[in-house]
Amino acid sequence: MDGSPAAPDVGAITALEEVARRIRVEIVRTITAVRVGHLGGSLSEADLLAALYFRVMRIRPTEPDWPDRDRFVLSKGHASVGLYATLALRGYFPVAELLTFDQAGTRLQGHPDMNRLPGLDMSTGSLGLGISAAVGMALAARLGGRGSRTFVLLGDGECQEGSVWEAAFVAARYGLDRLVAIVDQNGLQQYGWEGDSPDHRLPPAKPGELVRKWAAFGWRVLEVDGHDMPRIVRALESATADGDGRPVAIIANTVKGRGLSFAEGEYLWHVKIPTAEEYATALVELGEPATSDGEPAR
Amino acid sequence: MTLPMGRAMREVFGETVSALADDDQRIVMLDGDLGTSTRAEIFARAHPERFLEMGIAEQNMLGVAAGLASAGMIPFVSTFVAFAVVRPLDQIRVLIAQPRMNVKIIGSYAGLFVGAAGKSHQVVDDVAIMRAMPGMVTVSPADDVETEQVLRWAAAYDGPVYVRLVRDATQRLFDGGYAFEAGKAVIVRAGADVTLISTGAQTPRVVDAADLLAGRGVDAHVLHVPTLKPLDVPAVVAAAERTDFVVTVEEHTVIGGLGGAVAETLGDQRPTIVKRLGIADTFGQSASNADLLDLYGLSPERVAEQVIALLADAGRR
Repeated sequence: MDGSPAAPDVGAITALEEVARRIRVEIVRTITAVRVGHLGGSLSEADLLAALYFRVMRIRPTEPDWPDRDRFVLSKGHASVGLYATLALRGYFPVAELLTFDQAGTRLQGHPDMNRLPGLDMSTGSLGLGISAAVGMALAARLGGRGSRTFVLLGDGECQEGSVWEAAFVAARYGLDRLVAIVDQNGLQQYGWEGDSPDHRLPPAKPGELVRKWAAFGWRVLEVDGHDMPRIVRALESATADGDGRPVAIIANTVKGRGLSFAEGEYLWHVKIPTAEEYATALVELGEPATSDGEPAR
Repeated sequence: MTLPMGRAMREVFGETVSALADDDQRIVMLDGDLGTSTRAEIFARAHPERFLEMGIAEQNMLGVAAGLASAGMIPFVSTFVAFAVVRPLDQIRVLIAQPRMNVKIIGSYAGLFVGAAGKSHQVVDDVAIMRAMPGMVTVSPADDVETEQVLRWAAAYDGPVYVRLVRDATQRLFDGGYAFEAGKAVIVRAGADVTLISTGAQTPRVVDAADLLAGRGVDAHVLHVPTLKPLDVPAVVAAAERTDFVVTVEEHTVIGGLGGAVAETLGDQRPTIVKRLGIADTFGQSASNADLLDLYGLSPERVAEQVIALLADAGRR
């Protein structure tokens, strides 16, 4: 870890951890209720989103189009439920609206649609595209003399897309040091390559591979435990401190399905829907008190 | 009479967008390492700070354009049609067309004239692809005069636009008094025997073909369709009503382009025989421009011949 902004105090960290916990509860509640959605990758990104939206990003939930805001692009757009839960808890729209996810007429499309939902800075869905849009946002901020920072969240599987590296090359070429790419390295893609048995899938990248690749493309690279809130905050605040002319990549090592014992590290939980029993287990494991009718208290 | 030559569309492109950028700080130019070919270099010299070289990485270039547009800039993306449309099509679909980004995709080297580059650079189906993309305005100007006006219109319009430009100097169809109107077709020759509908730089050749036809006793009506989408439906229907026999002519595959658009429209609105001249479901190849026009039946002489034959087949002559 390089750069050393003032460490956040314990209270702030505890509050962010509570936000992340609530994001996870809303993810599980939404996906269980509407019976669609990508669970594993939404749970792995929850701590990162909590730190971004509740501490690091300069945004105005009541003025989502504020021109000088920081931008966020969910390049791994399939993990939209995690972002929607975050935006709802941050006040962009009512938490109850999460239950409209992927239903006819909803603003919460399966993959993010910026024309329907205020607060989304880019529409995504096809992997490998979002980072290019983030490069454009960072260039626009520079041309416009704005101090906006741009954050883009990618998956580790997504880094197999060639267009990611086209963008990485150009971002470094332009020295976009207000651009931060975060890789949610949860170690699994939807199917991927077989390991020791058909049920054992290999990680999208080998240990250390993504750190080396982003560094080789001229990025300043930070590697963190993507579930360790103090370290996430320190990394993001280092990434957005005075730049050194290089864009910043944060390789966040995470666990797919984080928080649910039955889903953690299991590749099939990329899109699986919890049963009623699993849902009850999930709420207990997420520390969410159940109400008398079995639904968690808000 | 043969129409005179005008200036190359690419020169007009570089000059016009540079001039527009003098007055609008939001305009930026993205180049995919072809600035000397597309004449985006003219913009680079005039506005170096707003000229964004993206290198040989067109998928990223279209995505960057979307990001710039999302933050209020007006990006003109410049490269060959092959790399402006086909290669980055997913970026166009998800990042530009779906969010209706204000991006101007300027495909140079449209059609068959690609400066000895041959089949990989000759895209025969770009109109079919872009016309089918929801919300994508698709424009194919006929000459230098219309190109300048189309680019000025595109800069002022808020939304995604695809403009296809021809590499080499084309015949000049319009004079200084011409006014391009988006979504409007233009009658460039009035006639009574057969309706010829064309687009892009093929239209001047069709006008020359109409002169040849006149010499053989066929009075052709010629409708120029610069905006392929949205199509000027009333003008197409009126042109069909006028002669009851329609021939479309395009420097593009006969599938899904202008001919497809006209046939769809008339099928819906006024069933009429529509014969489609153009590239017959095949790819391009290396040859001189004159030979290419001859090979694909797009020279004035070849168009006139084919129209005569079609009329004869239909018992209309």
